[in-house]
Amino acid sequence: MATTTPLTAPAQAPEERRSTGNHAGRSKSELLSLYAAISPFYILFAIFGLFPIGFSLYLSFQNWNGIGAMRFVGLAQYQFMLSDPIFWKSIVNTFQIWFISTIPMLFFALVIAFMLNQQIRGRSAYRIAYFIPNVTSIVAIAIIFGSIFSNNFGLLNAALEGLHLDTVEWLNTPWGIKVAIAAMVIWRWTGYNAIIYLAGLQAIPTELYEAAKVDGANLWQVFFRITVPLLRPIILFTVITSTIGGMQLFTEPQVLVGNGGGPGSEGSTMVLYLYQQAFINNQFGYGAAIGWGLFVIMILFSLINWRLVQGAGNRGSRKGVRA
Amino acid sequence: MNATATQRVWSVVTHVLLLFGVAISIFPFYWMFVMASRTTEDIFKFPPELLPGTHLLENIGKVFDSVNLLGSTANTIFVAVVTTVLVLFFDSIAAFAFAKFDFPAKNLLFVVLLVTFMIPSQLSTVPSFVIMANFGWVGSFQALIVPGAVNAFGIFLLRQYAQGAVSAELLDAARIDGCNFWRQYWHVAVPLLRPALAFLGIFTFINAWNDYFWPLVVLIDPGRQTLQVALSQLNGLYNTDYSMVMAGTLLAVIPLIIVFFLGARQFLADLAAGAVKQ
Repeated sequence: MATTTPLTAPAQAPEERRSTGNHAGRSKSELLSLYAAISPFYILFAIFGLFPIGFSLYLSFQNWNGIGAMRFVGLAQYQFMLSDPIFWKSIVNTFQIWFISTIPMLFFALVIAFMLNQQIRGRSAYRIAYFIPNVTSIVAIAIIFGSIFSNNFGLLNAALEGLHLDTVEWLNTPWGIKVAIAAMVIWRWTGYNAIIYLAGLQAIPTELYEAAKVDGANLWQVFFRITVPLLRPIILFTVITSTIGGMQLFTEPQVLVGNGGGPGSEGSTMVLYLYQQAFINNQFGYGAAIGWGLFVIMILFSLINWRLVQGAGNRGSRKGVRA
Repeated sequence: MNATATQRVWSVVTHVLLLFGVAISIFPFYWMFVMASRTTEDIFKFPPELLPGTHLLENIGKVFDSVNLLGSTANTIFVAVVTTVLVLFFDSIAAFAFAKFDFPAKNLLFVVLLVTFMIPSQLSTVPSFVIMANFGWVGSFQALIVPGAVNAFGIFLLRQYAQGAVSAELLDAARIDGCNFWRQYWHVAVPLLRPALAFLGIFTFINAWNDYFWPLVVLIDPGRQTLQVALSQLNGLYNTDYSMVMAGTLLAVIPLIIVFFLGARQFLADLAAGAVKQ
């Protein structure tokens, strides 16, 4: 993380260290100013970041509705969690939605970036058009997608009917709900990932493409033999960020199907379930335990993804895109 | 001859595919506009009307009649603007200190800052709410603004930029002229950091405007809602008046689009550079 350099800053002067270096020469008031400048972050982090983590561990061993007295229950919350079918269901839902959104999303993003990387007119207009979904309110988008996927008057079902196909009860069926949520994720994040890939593509030397052209490679071969392998670090970056984002999915299902996750909790995600238990049912201790469960799952899944993408790349094949 | 012809065909194919993608990107906005400009009866028609109607102003009027949404827009503007200003100030003074000065325990403190990146917010959601309740901040804007008034991401970003952009000579000259840390910050660093501050400002504003989870948890009083929360409740309450809900979503989205367009080119370049540069 420390090796990435956000923003393109002017080149650094080598004699820069002249003004740093020896802090013994600094006056007391200057040191005070420096610590004052960095302290807001540490103060706020201590209150709203560090302390809550310890507190949430403590809370997860308590039974507490937020008003009455706390009651120590040991590992009971965790035992309950492990035997709670809706907790497991929301994990499975989260992974299913992650799977059916992330793979198409990253694939489309790569294809779009590949096309934009050709010498093509209007590239910056395309970039802006593809990025717009990412800056819009998720609540607004969930409402709009809710109307498009609506069972009764939705545009999608009207289109299916127009084509004389069977309509789908999108927001009543297990897969319908997940497809609708995944569609929002794909719509919102494909352009974002395409912009990231495009920047990576522009760093690949053009001689490689020219050499491939001389060797008679077609577009498909160029894409899978040159573009994908050389983009591996950036693909890894996007896989990890979309893993973290996907595990935290909340707004889309909450607005689309409500706090309970819709019929049969089919749209309940891990964070939505945490929200429902803690803030709707006032099970604060249980909510804290779910938070820790979620944390463990996120870490494990990020590690697995990291290993998969790394491993696939090390075998030097095109499997990187599959991870 | 043959080669250029193939090239031209490929170019046309590429544009057609890209424009198809753009159409998908843009379509939900168009559809929102169609529904916001029609009556609710129109929306339930089959086959659906695909062109905008003439009821846009009427529907927007209905949204503004619901005091809630007007007030919540003002609330959102307030929260987003104050958060952005505070983040820019606190992040940049810390970034400037880290980038250009030396002081005991500096490296350790910076490592601590980087580690905080990796803590997922869900872990502390429940205790954060309890803390807010103890402060008496539930239902107040402090609960939204204060925890987000400074962040590690922005400090890291601005520090990287400041290391290259703020030259040691200028700072030395300012020091010889008698400028202390704060005057060096204000007169030398801030002007040089402007591009990075613009990026961080747009990024922070958009995120604050769009935030939903935390305001939903912490703003219980209907008079204190933000736009996103009010919007979701509008969606739940007036389930039948879809055209009004859509007019509301239109109002929630337009300011973001404007802010984005103001800095789009620079914003996209900086975003991509942040992810890719080694």
